[in-house]
Amino acid sequence: MNDDVLLTVLIVLPFAGSLLAATFLPNARNSEAWLAGGVAFACLALTFIAYPAIVEHGALRAQFDWMPQLGLSFTLRMDGFAWMFATLISGIGLLVVFYARYYMSSEDPVPRFFSFFLAFMGAMLGVVISGNLILLVFFWELTSIFSFLLIGYWHHTAGARDGARMALTVTGIGGLALLVGVLVIGHIVGSYDLDAVLASGDKIRSSELYLPALILILLGALTKSAQFPFHFWLPNAMAAPTPVSAYLHSATMVKAGIFLLARLWPVLAGTPEWFWLVGLAGMSSLLLGAYFAIFQHDLKGLLAYSTISHLGLITMLLSLGSPLGAVAAIFHMMNHATFKASLFMAAGIIDHETGTRDMRKLDGLFRYMPVTATLAMVASAAMAGVPLLNGFLSKEMFFAEAIETHALSVLDTAAPYVAVLASAFAVTYSIRLVHSVFFGPKPTDLPRKPHEPPFWMLFPMLFLVVACLIVGTVPGRTIGPYLRVAVESVLGPRTPQYSLSVWHGFNLPLAMSAIALVAGTLLYLALRKYLQTCPEGPPVFRLIEGRRIFERILVTISWKWARFVESYLSTRRLQPQLRLIVLAAFLAALLPLYIGGFGLGVVEVSAVDPILALVWLVGAGCAVAAAYQAKYHRFAALILLGGAGLATCITFVWLSAPDLALTQLLVEIVTTVLLLLGLRWLPKRIEETDAEIGVTWKMRLRRQNDFVVAVLVGIGIAALSFTVMTQPLSETIASFFLERAYTEGGGRNVVNVILVDFRGFDTLGEITVLAIVALSVFALLRRFRPAPESVDSPEQQRIQNELDEADPDRKPGDTVSDYLFVPAVIMQWAFPVIIVLALYLFLRGHDLPGGGFVAGIAMAAAFILQYMAAGTKLVEDRLRILPVSWIGLGLLTAVSTGMGSWLFGYPFLTTHSQYLELPYIGKVPAASALLFDLGVFTLVVGATVLMLIALAHQSVRSLRAARASTQQQDGA
Amino acid sequence: MELILSIAIGVLAGSGVWLLLRPRTYQVIIGLSLISYSVNLFIFSMGRLRSNAPPVLAGQTGNIADYADPVPQALVLTAIVIGFATTALFLVVLLASRGLTGTDHVDGREQQ
Repeated sequence: MNDDVLLTVLIVLPFAGSLLAATFLPNARNSEAWLAGGVAFACLALTFIAYPAIVEHGALRAQFDWMPQLGLSFTLRMDGFAWMFATLISGIGLLVVFYARYYMSSEDPVPRFFSFFLAFMGAMLGVVISGNLILLVFFWELTSIFSFLLIGYWHHTAGARDGARMALTVTGIGGLALLVGVLVIGHIVGSYDLDAVLASGDKIRSSELYLPALILILLGALTKSAQFPFHFWLPNAMAAPTPVSAYLHSATMVKAGIFLLARLWPVLAGTPEWFWLVGLAGMSSLLLGAYFAIFQHDLKGLLAYSTISHLGLITMLLSLGSPLGAVAAIFHMMNHATFKASLFMAAGIIDHETGTRDMRKLDGLFRYMPVTATLAMVASAAMAGVPLLNGFLSKEMFFAEAIETHALSVLDTAAPYVAVLASAFAVTYSIRLVHSVFFGPKPTDLPRKPHEPPFWMLFPMLFLVVACLIVGTVPGRTIGPYLRVAVESVLGPRTPQYSLSVWHGFNLPLAMSAIALVAGTLLYLALRKYLQTCPEGPPVFRLIEGRRIFERILVTISWKWARFVESYLSTRRLQPQLRLIVLAAFLAALLPLYIGGFGLGVVEVSAVDPILALVWLVGAGCAVAAAYQAKYHRFAALILLGGAGLATCITFVWLSAPDLALTQLLVEIVTTVLLLLGLRWLPKRIEETDAEIGVTWKMRLRRQNDFVVAVLVGIGIAALSFTVMTQPLSETIASFFLERAYTEGGGRNVVNVILVDFRGFDTLGEITVLAIVALSVFALLRRFRPAPESVDSPEQQRIQNELDEADPDRKPGDTVSDYLFVPAVIMQWAFPVIIVLALYLFLRGHDLPGGGFVAGIAMAAAFILQYMAAGTKLVEDRLRILPVSWIGLGLLTAVSTGMGSWLFGYPFLTTHSQYLELPYIGKVPAASALLFDLGVFTLVVGATVLMLIALAHQSVRSLRAARASTQQQDGA
Repeated sequence: MELILSIAIGVLAGSGVWLLLRPRTYQVIIGLSLISYSVNLFIFSMGRLRSNAPPVLAGQTGNIADYADPVPQALVLTAIVIGFATTALFLVVLLASRGLTGTDHVDGREQQ
């Protein structure tokens, strides 16, 4: 198979599977497991297919352009080391799928689980086979996000939510640091390509930016691999379902950090900074993790701390900077994944079958589940480093490295002692796990009666434990060649001679192993009684809880500091904020004058037109009066606002902007209707009642201040516009549009051509905003609770109805319909006329004033007139308008017109124009922009009608609600 | 002419700002509408004031000296429509806020 195809399929398959898995039914455990297992198996098969080529050529590569101008490409690269990880990810993934099928109960919504699981697998594969550092960080962040979703799978429990959030916060911040670190590396090397970076080790190490880059990358790697002092998230992530822990917290996610350390080992390692930073983190994690693990009562908690410790061991090996250390590290990565995954599975089985994971309650389970017990014992022995198991081999290599001197320092001298001590602790907690769970008297108060799980739940564990055994006994023949390929791809020509045999004779590492085994056993015997009764957590250290520190930091930053800043710099009141915004805008407008001076050039003033002056005398009067009346006389203010709007509209006609005038006029109409509809729900504000309260001096002062601000702003903007208007117009981009509107856009109405052709993408964005606003209005009104004062029918309606009821010949509502009889007939007759007008405006838009916006609003006005003429109920009995569908249709039309140009090989929204000869109608412009404009038209109709109708509907709905509530009262 | 229009813009903006700073939501919505007239006219006037200039091309191409400036017009046209949408959204928010808080003060509570 082609390299490109293979690697692409490998990365796409899990994500495609994830999408598919999300669509299954909530209880489809079997089909989900088949799907997820199939994907994992296919990935495993693909990695094995790739193996011969990797052995032969070193690495497979596939490259696709992503953002070539920024030096970013979607590069996939699989060498031996990535291959080893890909095998672990897909192989253990497959086993975990088997296990999860039986672990998840029928009440759990499994599509969510398997969908996130597969997506996580894809992200993890992406991390290991990225050939570009930016791409690697991208997948790295994806693993953080999917691990968050997986840890929080049982989101109804607080522990899962907190654990997930903590894991995301810690690894997410680390990921950001890593991104910056990678950018620094890219800056040093001049490329983000992994091959290029790996080839410039000397350049990076000698760069001034080496230390910052190293620290940032280590922040990413150490948080991800839960290394001290960022280890605390891992034990809290144990709230995840056990298959997630078995997968993420043994084999994959936490391994990403040390994967990166090993990946960049050839370029970053070997300096004193590396040795100290990585070494300290590794050594503390190794020792503290093992020590803490002893004192955990939760099985999974023990395993989590043990994972921290083992990852610390790997980190420490990598810190040494010696090739042999790197070999041991890579070997231990594999070994740890196998025995730890199987132990997590055992913990899950025990939890599943007994209902608890507390080691103080568990006892003597061997007699109920001998197979599980045997497998768990072998895996624990591997964890403790007992001979003939894989854990022993890598631990021997570790001891051998620990006694070597690498860089003469305290750290190096302490290494062998720390190693033995941590191994003794590992023995202690392994024995504790086995002894307290499987041996001893019969358990007493278990929530469930324990028994063996079904075979297929045991199978993955069995497989992994057998692997531990085989690798532990005949390492050279089984894992040997694969390990060599992996090691060579990291170390290249620096690959050292190493021996994988079980027996190296009586030497110092063997003695250290023996000491650790004996000391660990003795320590367990000494601590046994204490462990049965002690509170959770190690002595002394249990007081300093990582989680509590983390939470305190979070609270300080996101509450205390935020509150502090808010109390001094901000307010929750809107009015002062608005004043600040206005003042800030005013000052921002003044600033250029202050800097540049107020120099008026040649002033060109055209003659004053008396009629326009008269228009604006009225218009300005309207504006001021509206400002004066808006508090108590809302209706009057609305009419006055319309007066100012009309003056604006006339100005547009006057100054050669017919398109604007048309749009302004129609928008004016619908705005007025809209505000009228809204006024119905806004309880009256009565001047006399307010007057009783009186005006305080504070209010008076505020009004004076606001008046001054308003006058200043008015004068300022008037001066500014006068200044600009009287300057001659220099060359603008207008000429560009005037020259090309017809020749390239095929339309004579330049404004419309700009909207639908030149700046079509802007218009697309704009109509999208319109659609979103309309839907928001609709959504807000669905659960609308009007003010209690305005729930009753309005005063006028009540008076009319009383009148109608008093007269035996009339029924309620007659007065209104009599009133509106003549207008209603006219409005109903106007319906087809307005629709024709709208279509006319739409069709001529490309060449003459008009277009989709105006036509859409006109059409909406036609609909709303029907509502006004006949009432909501009557219209909806006869006319079904589906405004939401109109919106969707309009957006689809506009977008698909834009995408249509792709078919002809042009960029998005390229227009084509020509003239068509139609029978009876004549020559018609038929630019594809017309189709785009049709989308605009449809959407504007839908959005406007939706907003107006949603509001108009409230009167029908609240009547119904009022009736329902009175009925309820009657019933009671 | 320029003088009239700039005074008009100033009066609209001043009245709008005054209303914007008032405590009642309805005052603010009227104020925003007035400000949007003022701003639309301001942007429009950036193309300079031309009476009787043809807005639509007569021939194949045109020169800026003979035609009205189309660019501010295109900008203002979309601004008018978006202005309508924001007015609608604000109206609904203010109605909902009146129902929820029992007051039409912009702060969501009456001042002590």
